Formats: sequence, C-alpha cells, structure tokens
Amino acid sequence: MDLHLTGAQATAEERAAADAELGTTQSGSQVCRQQIADPRVTCEATANGTRHLLLPVLHAVQKRMGWISPGALNYIASRLDVAPAEVYGVASFYGMLSLEPRPAIVVHVCDDIACVIRGVDKLCAVLESTLGAAGSPCAGGRAIWQRSQCLGLCERAPAVLVASAGADPRERVLAPASAEEVQSLVQDALQQRLPHEPDALDVRKSVPQSSRSSESFPLRLLHRIAQGGAPTVEAYQRLGGYSGLRKALELGAEETLRELSDSKLLGRGGAAFPAATKWEALFRQRSRLQKERSRRHYVICNADESEPGTFKDRILMEGDPFAVLEGLTIGAFVTGARQGYIYLRGEYPLAAERMQRAIESATQNGFLGDNILGSGLHFTVEIRRGAGAYICGEETALFNSIEGYRGEPRNKPPFPTQSGLFRQPTAVNNVETLVNIPGIILEGGAAYATLGTTHSAGTRIFCLSGHVARPGIYEVAMGTTLHQLIDLAGGVAGNGKLQAVLLGGAAGTFVGPRELDHPLTFENTRAIGASLGSGVVMLFDETVDLRRILLRIASFFRHETCGQCVPCRVGVVRQEEALQRLVDKQPLGSAALEITRLREISQAMRDASICGLGQTASSALESAMRRWSLFA
Amino acid sequence: MNPSPKDALQGLDAPVATIPVPRGPVPQAPLRPEPHWIEITIDGERLTVPEGSTILDATRKLGIDTPTLCFLESLTPVNACRVCVVELEGSRTLVPACSRKVEPHMSIKTDSERVRLSRRLVLEFLASSVDLSTAPAVQAYMKRYNADPERFGTTRATVAQPAKVDNDLYVRDYSKCVLCYKCVEACGVDAQNTFAIAVAGRGFPAHISTEFDVSLPESACVYCGNCIGVCPTGALMFKSEYDMRQAGTWDESRQTKTDTICPYCGVGCDLTVQQQDGQIVRVTSPLDHSVTRGNLCIKGRFGWQFVQIQPAGK
Repeated sequence: MDLHLTGAQATAEERAAADAELGTTQSGSQVCRQQIADPRVTCEATANGTRHLLLPVLHAVQKRMGWISPGALNYIASRLDVAPAEVYGVASFYGMLSLEPRPAIVVHVCDDIACVIRGVDKLCAVLESTLGAAGSPCAGGRAIWQRSQCLGLCERAPAVLVASAGADPRERVLAPASAEEVQSLVQDALQQRLPHEPDALDVRKSVPQSSRSSESFPLRLLHRIAQGGAPTVEAYQRLGGYSGLRKALELGAEETLRELSDSKLLGRGGAAFPAATKWEALFRQRSRLQKERSRRHYVICNADESEPGTFKDRILMEGDPFAVLEGLTIGAFVTGARQGYIYLRGEYPLAAERMQRAIESATQNGFLGDNILGSGLHFTVEIRRGAGAYICGEETALFNSIEGYRGEPRNKPPFPTQSGLFRQPTAVNNVETLVNIPGIILEGGAAYATLGTTHSAGTRIFCLSGHVARPGIYEVAMGTTLHQLIDLAGGVAGNGKLQAVLLGGAAGTFVGPRELDHPLTFENTRAIGASLGSGVVMLFDETVDLRRILLRIASFFRHETCGQCVPCRVGVVRQEEALQRLVDKQPLGSAALEITRLREISQAMRDASICGLGQTASSALESAMRRWSLFA
Repeated sequence: MNPSPKDALQGLDAPVATIPVPRGPVPQAPLRPEPHWIEITIDGERLTVPEGSTILDATRKLGIDTPTLCFLESLTPVNACRVCVVELEGSRTLVPACSRKVEPHMSIKTDSERVRLSRRLVLEFLASSVDLSTAPAVQAYMKRYNADPERFGTTRATVAQPAKVDNDLYVRDYSKCVLCYKCVEACGVDAQNTFAIAVAGRGFPAHISTEFDVSLPESACVYCGNCIGVCPTGALMFKSEYDMRQAGTWDESRQTKTDTICPYCGVGCDLTVQQQDGQIVRVTSPLDHSVTRGNLCIKGRFGWQFVQIQPAGK
C-alpha cells in the first residue's frame, strides 16, 4: 500500500520495541521474506495479512515507551502496511494505550462497585493528599495514578494495578491495597524494583472452599486449585489432567461431540448458549473446510473477563491453566481447527504469564503442536491480550480486536460459526465452559447432565464479593439457592443486614433479601426477571446507598460503550445524566418524568443496539427501580 | 500528389497486416440463473422478493418510506445509526432493515409501537447531541416521529466544537457529525482507498480523525471530496458553500443544477454542477451513474475555477 506518513520519525528505542515484536523485515508487502526470518509469521500470517499483529505491536511500544508517539505510530504503520489514520483509530480505542506522553509508572486504582464497598474512597482520598489529584503526574512527573474500571480482583478489594513501562517493563497487582502500600510500590517502581511476579494466587483467600476438607460436595472444576493449583504439566497430570483429552482421542470427534451434547452444558460466559451447538456447527462443516486449501477455522477461548464483579476466569487461569488448554484442545479435535486463540484481558498479568508458560510447557510435552499425543492432531494456541476495552469480550468485537481493527461488534447474522475470526467459521467459548469439558468427556455427558437441574446441568462457579464474610469463588451445583450460597460464604458482612444482591454484574440484575430462596438456575432466574450472567453475586448491606452504586454502573457503561451505534453511544450518556439529576434531587420536570424518560431510553437501547452491551446497559437500573422506590 | 495510406504501405516490404474479424453470431454472456424468490410479510402484506434482498429493499418495493442515515446504496451497510430498525417476529430485538437479508416467512412490522419508540429515541439522541441544522432530511424524520430532543435538558453532553478549516477546498464541522461512518468508507475500501481518516476514540467521544488529528494538508487526503459526497448532515462541506452560509448568502432557491460531463480526462464522469448567481458553488456526481457511483476526483469536484475566469478586457 502506498502510505502517506507525516514527517514524525520513530526513535531507535521505539523501532527496537516494534521490531522485537514483529521481527526484522520491513513491510507487509514482504511477508514472504518475513516468514522465513520470523517463525511467528507463519502461513497463517500470509493468509490473513499482517494487520492482526497491530494490537500486539502497539502493546509492545506502549510497554517500552509508556506511550505511542507520532513517530512510533508512523513506524508501526509502515511495518504493517496499515494507514496511519487507521492505526490511530485502533490505538485510541483502548484504555491501556496512551497517545500522549504519559509517565512511565501508571497506578490504576479500581473504584468500581466492589471496591467502593471495600473502602476505595478512603484510599483515593489519601492518595490525593499524598500523590496529588488523580490523572495528574506525581513523583516528579515519573508516575501517575488514575481511577479505573473493575480490575477483576473483587475478592481482595480494594484493588490496585501498577504498570511500569521501560526496557524491563513490569506489572504488579496489589489487593487488598492500603495507601501506604501503594506509595511504597510507587517508590519501588521509581527505583525499578517492582517484583518479577505480578501477583500471587492465594488459594485459601480466593477459593475459600479449599480450606474445607470434609466437603460434602466434590469440587469438579476447582478441585486442582483447591489442592494448591496445577502450575506445571506434571502437577496437572498428577491431578487427573489430560485424561479428558486422551479419552476424546479414543472416542473420536463424533462421539466426543455426542458426550458434550448429552451433558447439556450451557456456556458460562453470560449468554448461556449450548456449548455443543457451537462445536457441532463447525463439526458439520468439517468435510467442506478440510477440502479447502488451508483449513482456516478457529476455536477461541474468551478470557476477556471484564464484567464488574467477575473474577472466576482469572483464578481458573492462574491456578489451573492447563485445564483451559485441555478444553480448547478437545475443541480443536472436534472442530478440526488447527489454530486457537486465547483472548486474555489486558489487566490480568498473572493469568497471562501462567497461560503463556502453560502453552510453552504443553507444547514441549506433546500436548500442543504437531501430532498431539501421537494422534496426528495438530493444534497451536496463541494468546492475544486485550488492552482495556470491556466491549472486546463481545465475541464479534473480539474478532475485530484480534484482526487489528477497532473492537466494535459486528451485526449478527452472520453468526461466528458461519463467519467469525478472519471471516472464517469460529467457535468461541468462555474459560469456565472449557474447564468443564475434560471432566464431561471423561465421566460421560449423561452423568454430567444428572448434576444440577433438568434445564441447568452441572456445577457453576459464582464470584462472591461485597458485603460477604468470605469473598471468593465458590463452585456449587446448579439449583443451589442464593441463601445457601451466601451461607457457604459465611453470611452477610458489613452491618449484617442484607439490602440487595447484584446478580450477573453491571449488565445483570438486583434482587432483594426476600428473593434468596430462589434456586440459582438459568430458568429460574429468567423467571424472576434476573440472570446469572457471568456468575457475579455481590452483596450490599443496609448502609450502602444503592443510588450511588447505580450511578457507578451507569458511568461504567458510559465509559465502556464502543460508540458505534447511536442508541448505545448516546443512550448510556443520557441515562447517566438523568440518573445523576435524580440522585441530586434536581429532576427535569419531576422525578416521575425522569423515570419515564429512563424507561424509554432503556427500551430503545435494549431494542435497537447492535450488541449485548447496549441491550443490557440499563438492566441493573431497571431491576432496582422495579424493586425499590429509590427516587421518591 | 499525396499517396493514399495504402500506397504508402505498399512502398514498404512488410506484409500487410489484417485484423481478424469474428464471423458468426455475437457471443452472448451466459444467462444469470433465475433468482430464488422469497416470500415475506410486511405490515400484514405478503410479497415476494429475490433472495439476497434486504428488508429495506422489500419495504421500498411496497413504497414504505423507511428512514435511513448511515445507509447509502453505494457503500457497505454499517448499520450503526439504527434509525431504520423494524420489528421482526421471533426476534428478541429490533433488526436493522438496511442490512438484514430477507429469509423465508419473515414477518415484519415497520410501524409498530416499538419501532416508533426506537426511531424516535434514536433521532432524539442524535438531535440532542449533534447540530442538525444542515440536515433537512433528519429534521423531516424528527417531525414524523415527534422527536423532542430538548427533553434531555440544557446541560446535556454534546459534540459541539469549532469547525476545522484547514484548506481551501472543504471544511469539516464535526459538531454536525452523527458518526455514520460513510466518509470513512468512502475514503477507504468502498471508493477511494486513501484511508486518510478513521473513527478514533471510543464511546460518546468517538470521532472521525486523521492520525493525531493532523490537518488535512498533512494527512493522506487527496481531496477527492468523496466524503463530502456521502455526508448526510453537512458536517463535510465545500468551502464555497461554507463561506456563503457564514456570510448568509447561500440560497438554494436561487440555485440551478446542470448535468454535464467532466472535461478533464477520458473517463467521462457525469457532473452535476450547482450554480448560484452565475458562480459554481458545488459539484456532485449522480449516485446511480454507472461510471462514478457518485465519486469524483479532485479535478472534477473542485477544478472548475477556469470556467469562471473572465477574459481580460471584458
């Protein structure tokens, strides 16, 4: 492509950062030569161009330089043969990338709902007095702290993530965080003493069920984590790992698919779509796909867990990364996909590190790569890290993000199983869904279907946070009541009097203390106008001002809408404005008029938005207004 | 005496070349297969349309005026504005008429309560955040759906900002931009393949931009003006029109349009030349023209000053 670039030149350091990511050749038109020089650019890259390397290279420059300068952007544009305006459009989409000079050390302080309950206000107040206002440079211009959306560390709230850019970039998680610890971490970062390990998984804290040895209910998904985790392939196999894959290889693709289908497993990402249906759609196209010159279809693990209050996928990846890979590999075996991706949330440094190590180790031990377990199966997996955009968890936005475009959702139909990543048939599964699969294949789908209820088979991981005695993730059979779940987590904390429970996160619904006896199943929650969503169960005691929580949720959606379609782009803004007026007791006209206005906004967003974000952006607010008169 | 060309050739030793002339009937292009016809129901009326049609095609066949903003026949539908949504039986949400293909037995409502509410809200959302003063078509839709953007108060967020005047040919006033993506598509793969602009930012602050918001002369822009040709709200405007509007002299009632052919190269693009008081004020090309599909180059669109140069002494 004939690129027109401004005169801005990249520095040697910027070029080095980009080259380290891309290899040493000059431009996209030389892909063939690049292929020889850089094994990473395989025939995959030839078939799909090189644009899909855009987000990884932006990440690389951001990590090295702390921002993406006009010169660096020009260099990236010329290396990948993408117009600079388009590179700018992509880079400016993501919250973690900066297009203006920014201090090398950035402290992200989560002020989302779970952290609000756990005292982030106080933390921010202290930081304001010691480091200065949020968003303005401190420590002689070398650091900056800013408020952030949910960091997915709700069981240890309040949470902080420190990122330090440079030749040796580091990330460090701090949760729960105190102001003193944040300051000392900033000092460490200034002296380049941030530890290598970004975080530590404390199983006893994050998975409270691990401490109860005489558990009446056997943990299916969390049993390895409860036993301390399986960070190596040896530990994983010792704890039963990879026997699901072996069984699948024995059964053959069709039988494996039948087991999955018999299990009635519904997707655990939030939409509760039958998992077997997606794989089956690709399986049915197998013979056609295999005839085509290159078998380009994909399985993807959606690990972009960003729903406020959700942290189960993070803990699964940190504690049991091979289980995710095993599930995905079984998916490759059934669908015939040779390439898989794990789209992993940018704010999860430890999960990314553990997953990367697991991929390398699985490849070395014959569980990934050529001729897996001598079966002739070929499958490789690549991690793609998000860069601070909630919307990229929407599967079609996720495709655009991997392909190097703005993470804007596509209109459906066509559905991903017809036209997904690189416009090829693609199956996308959530982390927890994939972790379910090896066990299903091993024990049989029919046995799995007997767990839980008729319409909600199996077990489910719930993320308990907020005013609960022992926050963390809990695995229970589907059909367990909210009451039982809260009891399992030690009951209501705070002042001990429960005001409300948020089910399913910011896109979920509130239920009241009288609704705790409903069994947690897909069908039952639907019947009471709620949803399980991604498994969030956030408790609020009576001291919490729910209006403030609703405002924070509204502000979350205003920040995270991609802006593509009008109902969502403007609707979330008008929703937040109206809510703010109601909270301030300064309604336009009357409170009743504002509420009517909110209902209309909500209906238009639900009916006319392109994707689930807009369609559910008013769900929590609506459910709260249905249950309580908050603005009388 | 002048030798005839034939005589001249005979003077050379080279054999006379003959151009083979095909004999027999003129070969025919293979016939297209008959399209499959699909039966659907719109507002209770049954009709059949060819497979591959959109719901919008079908509603137009029935003479139903479906509002559109981001849709244009010559561009790939982005279905971002959502003003064309219709109610499809069995669908949880409304669907965009402009891009949703018809399927057998679809039953569609184009004027239900739900459709009217969403269309009204979309128009209110736009009018409450964007200056639509030079978008008469949108204003007409607003009247039709009783849209009242003022009900969102006076302190509401808008995209108001100063116009970008950085060259002599056209002006970008993004306070009038509804983010329909048409200009990006026209600048990109749908027409020009220049990629000087893209959508940047995210959410409500998302906007059309060059890299780092550099001025057009610094950007890859080639001034084809095809973005102006597709802009539905006047956010992109000829400098000549912008200046006249600023001066209060723009008056469409005093303007005429003349169709002609571009005099520059051999392509033969159709031009529609708009003039006021003997001065050319705007040049477009018909959207349905087989050669241009509404697109022109810098010369055809802007290079008409020579027409207006008065010969010296007259």
